[in-house]
Amino acid sequence: MADTMAAEAATHSAPREEHRTSTGISNEKLAMWVFLGSECLLFGGLISTYMFNKGRIGPGDIGPADVFDIPFTSVSSFVLLMSSLTMVFAVSSIVRGDLRGNRIWLATTAALGATFVAGQVYEFTAFYSEGLGFTTNLFGSSFYALTGFHGAHVTIGIIMLMSLFVMSLRGNLGPERAEKVEIIGLYWHFVDIVWIVIFTIVYLFPQ
Amino acid sequence: MATVTPDPQDTAHASDEHASGGGHAHPTDWLYVKVAIALAVLTAFEVFTYFESLHGWGDTALIIMLVLMMLVKFFLVVAFFMHLKFDAPIFWRLFMFGVVLAMAVYMLMLTAFRFW
Amino acid sequence: MTVADRTITAPEETLALPAGPAIARRPLGVFSRPQGSEGWQSWLFTVDHKRIGIMYGAAALFFFLVGGAEALFIRLQLAVPNGSVIGAGTYNGVFTMHGVTMIFLVAMPMAAAFANYLLPLQIGARDVAFPRLNAFSFWCFLAGGLLLTSSMLIGGWFQNVPDGGWFNYAPNSGLLFSPHKGIDFYAVGLQITGIASLVSSINLIVTVLNMRTRGMSLFRMPVLTWMLLITQFLLLFAIPVITVALFLLMFDRLWDANFFNVAAGADPLLWQHLFWIFGHPEVYILVLPAFGIVSEIIPTFSRKPIFGYNFMVASGIAIGFMGWGVWAHHMFTSGVGPLAVAAFSVSTMFIAVPTGVKVLNWLATMYGGRLRFTTPMLYAVGVVSMFTIGGLSGVTHSIAPSDTQQTDTYYVVAHFHYVIFGGIILGLFGGLHFWWPKIFGYMLDEGWGKAAFWVILIGFNLTFGPMHILGLQGMSRRIATYRADEGFAFWNMVATVGAFVIAAGVAMLLWNIYKSTRDWKRAGRPDVGPDPWDARSLEWMTASPAPEHNFDREIEVEGQDEFWHRKYGRDESGRVVRAATASEIAHDGSNTKVHLPSPSYWPIVLSGGILLVGYGLIYNLWLVAAGMVLLVGAMYGWILEPADDPEAAGHHGEHEDGRDDGGRDDEEAVTVG
Repeated sequence: MADTMAAEAATHSAPREEHRTSTGISNEKLAMWVFLGSECLLFGGLISTYMFNKGRIGPGDIGPADVFDIPFTSVSSFVLLMSSLTMVFAVSSIVRGDLRGNRIWLATTAALGATFVAGQVYEFTAFYSEGLGFTTNLFGSSFYALTGFHGAHVTIGIIMLMSLFVMSLRGNLGPERAEKVEIIGLYWHFVDIVWIVIFTIVYLFPQ
Repeated sequence: MATVTPDPQDTAHASDEHASGGGHAHPTDWLYVKVAIALAVLTAFEVFTYFESLHGWGDTALIIMLVLMMLVKFFLVVAFFMHLKFDAPIFWRLFMFGVVLAMAVYMLMLTAFRFW
Repeated sequence: MTVADRTITAPEETLALPAGPAIARRPLGVFSRPQGSEGWQSWLFTVDHKRIGIMYGAAALFFFLVGGAEALFIRLQLAVPNGSVIGAGTYNGVFTMHGVTMIFLVAMPMAAAFANYLLPLQIGARDVAFPRLNAFSFWCFLAGGLLLTSSMLIGGWFQNVPDGGWFNYAPNSGLLFSPHKGIDFYAVGLQITGIASLVSSINLIVTVLNMRTRGMSLFRMPVLTWMLLITQFLLLFAIPVITVALFLLMFDRLWDANFFNVAAGADPLLWQHLFWIFGHPEVYILVLPAFGIVSEIIPTFSRKPIFGYNFMVASGIAIGFMGWGVWAHHMFTSGVGPLAVAAFSVSTMFIAVPTGVKVLNWLATMYGGRLRFTTPMLYAVGVVSMFTIGGLSGVTHSIAPSDTQQTDTYYVVAHFHYVIFGGIILGLFGGLHFWWPKIFGYMLDEGWGKAAFWVILIGFNLTFGPMHILGLQGMSRRIATYRADEGFAFWNMVATVGAFVIAAGVAMLLWNIYKSTRDWKRAGRPDVGPDPWDARSLEWMTASPAPEHNFDREIEVEGQDEFWHRKYGRDESGRVVRAATASEIAHDGSNTKVHLPSPSYWPIVLSGGILLVGYGLIYNLWLVAAGMVLLVGAMYGWILEPADDPEAAGHHGEHEDGRDDGGRDDEEAVTVG
């Protein structure tokens, strides 16, 4: 029963002749790329706001050099970077039809993302206890706004991954829907490359 | 912007392959692992520069090197993990338009602030 | 797991099943989809791009009247020296709301109305790529618009209204200088309309790239479609910039951040840069749709193809690119430094070139044509002439020393009203008259239409022409009064009279709509035919009003102006002769076997959640929590909604166009939030 349904579902949701699009690309995937192009300007604005503002603090005021814990952030950056690897495994396993593998990799990716977010929460509390609040100075406002926006994006990504995971558990995520996983994967990788930029510019640049 | 869009006829081949459900050459998992190793090594080196400060390099040289490593990581993820190396060129053009526009506009803004 | 359970969460699978007992058992009724195409529900839950377009237009017209009333109050206050109609504080609110309303709630949604209605038709598509997201865009826009407009009423008449001007410079927008909630309404309201614009731009870009009918290559698309596409790209990349700026402002005001806090070392110029990086592309976001409309009207009534189609498209693209490199010309007097002033001065002069190309092409299209001066054509010619005046005064701004004298005077006010009213509003009104028969199935009265046009045109020049003089005389913009001995009294009175002439013209336009509708109903609703203007593009190739499924059959396109070339051929001597009548070619809308996306509850529910979050941010964070619950619930409802309702009336059969969106645009739904 389940097999016939899956087969039937496959014939109906895979691109058919009638699903012809002018470019041959599915609407959803094109929309995701268009959206990611737009996101570049969002994060570009936040990153340049940070760059512009981080030095605009008074002498003796709490600044980047006082709070950053590079070993800690390096580890959480590495975790997020590796979550991109597990994400591509999730995509390639569902393309192969390996639904169990897909579930494992989706869960792993979400867990790695959650680890990153947890690390960020820890980092924020640590900074706060050291005296850097959102309202303390321009560095604080800009730093929390930028990394907070990124963290919100990661969180949304985790929610989407978990939704995929639940869909898969309920048997609604077969190989015919591999593109769904791929599209959410695109979002996930984008969040990762934004962090690559943030990690370099915010944390590693000489202060 | 929109000029980058290929004529539908031009993309017919690529799209047909694509539409057949992952018919295009999928890189193997081993390739992904190699990319991830490269990313990890680069990250390790980035962090290394922070601790060793590479004395005698000066801030400018350090920043240039960090930016170069950042760009390599960025494009490794985009090209392999996000499949742009293997996918329809329209994605590449749309996304790069956003990346380049963001860089151009915001760097121009910072230049107007005499930031550099 | 039984079949019935699975249908709730598996949209595609319901498609795979025949309508039967498995579908009829719906454990949770809310997961069904709304039905029917009659009554108010069919509007609230519609996902039809044409109905959404009409709602955009109606909302924009409503806000136009609101913004127009505000304009009249401005002119009343300034009619005579030492005016005392409204106080200075209220005056700040009135001119701010006038600007914000006219730009974000009139010009943009009215262009969106045409984009929604016409764009799929012009490319021969069944609907947009994501019908439910399209509905969401409209409701989200309306939520933002209502939130902004409600600021005039909440907490007393004009007590909590944005009062920082439409560009709302920091640090004047901070709590210190504007302690009431007006600026919060500005930040949150524009943020919400921004979400709407962004979602809509993604949707329409995908529509144009992906949904074109067979043979409709990009360079066979009508110029309007091209201009709308470029507009969507500009929105796509410009909206995130204002989003950043508005977030920074919001953080400053709501949670005490320091982004524009000069005492903490902030540079308030950051707001100006971010605002104008968005703001200048925004100017082209406003004007390009009007250019596109004019480029459809002029060829139709000149009976000639558009002159230099490739140049027309290329100049639009060039404007789209160059629009990103001129923003600092709004800041010549802000102290950006001589190098930046020189660079942006030059780039601003350059951007006049592609705009000039457009004007010349319109003139060349008319040259030697068999002109018919119908109402739409009058509006189009009005755009060409009035916009050129506005463009020329714009060129005077590009020269920085001259701009230094003109900045913040009425000369600037005159300039941008010639562009926005003379270019954009006239263009949109022209489009309104041109496509009215296509949208509603009957013509607007030509006599009243022309009369209204002339009254509006005269009133417009009476209002804004004198402002050039006032500005050069040194009258500042945004002052609530002026003294009698300053010599501004005469031209201010002329401008006030002109404003009321415009109001009379708009009243005539509205009367024309009412009268034409009434006469048409009295005459027994005669059919206007598919193609009353003898026009050129595909939207005229189907019945009027366009049937729900747009076209009965897929159209195969062989060139530009496809519809025209099906109507006309050439005889042996090369003369243009009619080959067929429009009604012979056009589809009559009789094909009811077209599969259409079902209506949906969730777009409007989702927008309601956003509206609650918006008010919550301003007043009470608990309201944000409630809004978030609604928002997340609506998103999951959206995703879990069955793709289709097999019990819905009609519109099912062999001919599936495959654009059953249900469950397919859910990724975007999640990322929207």
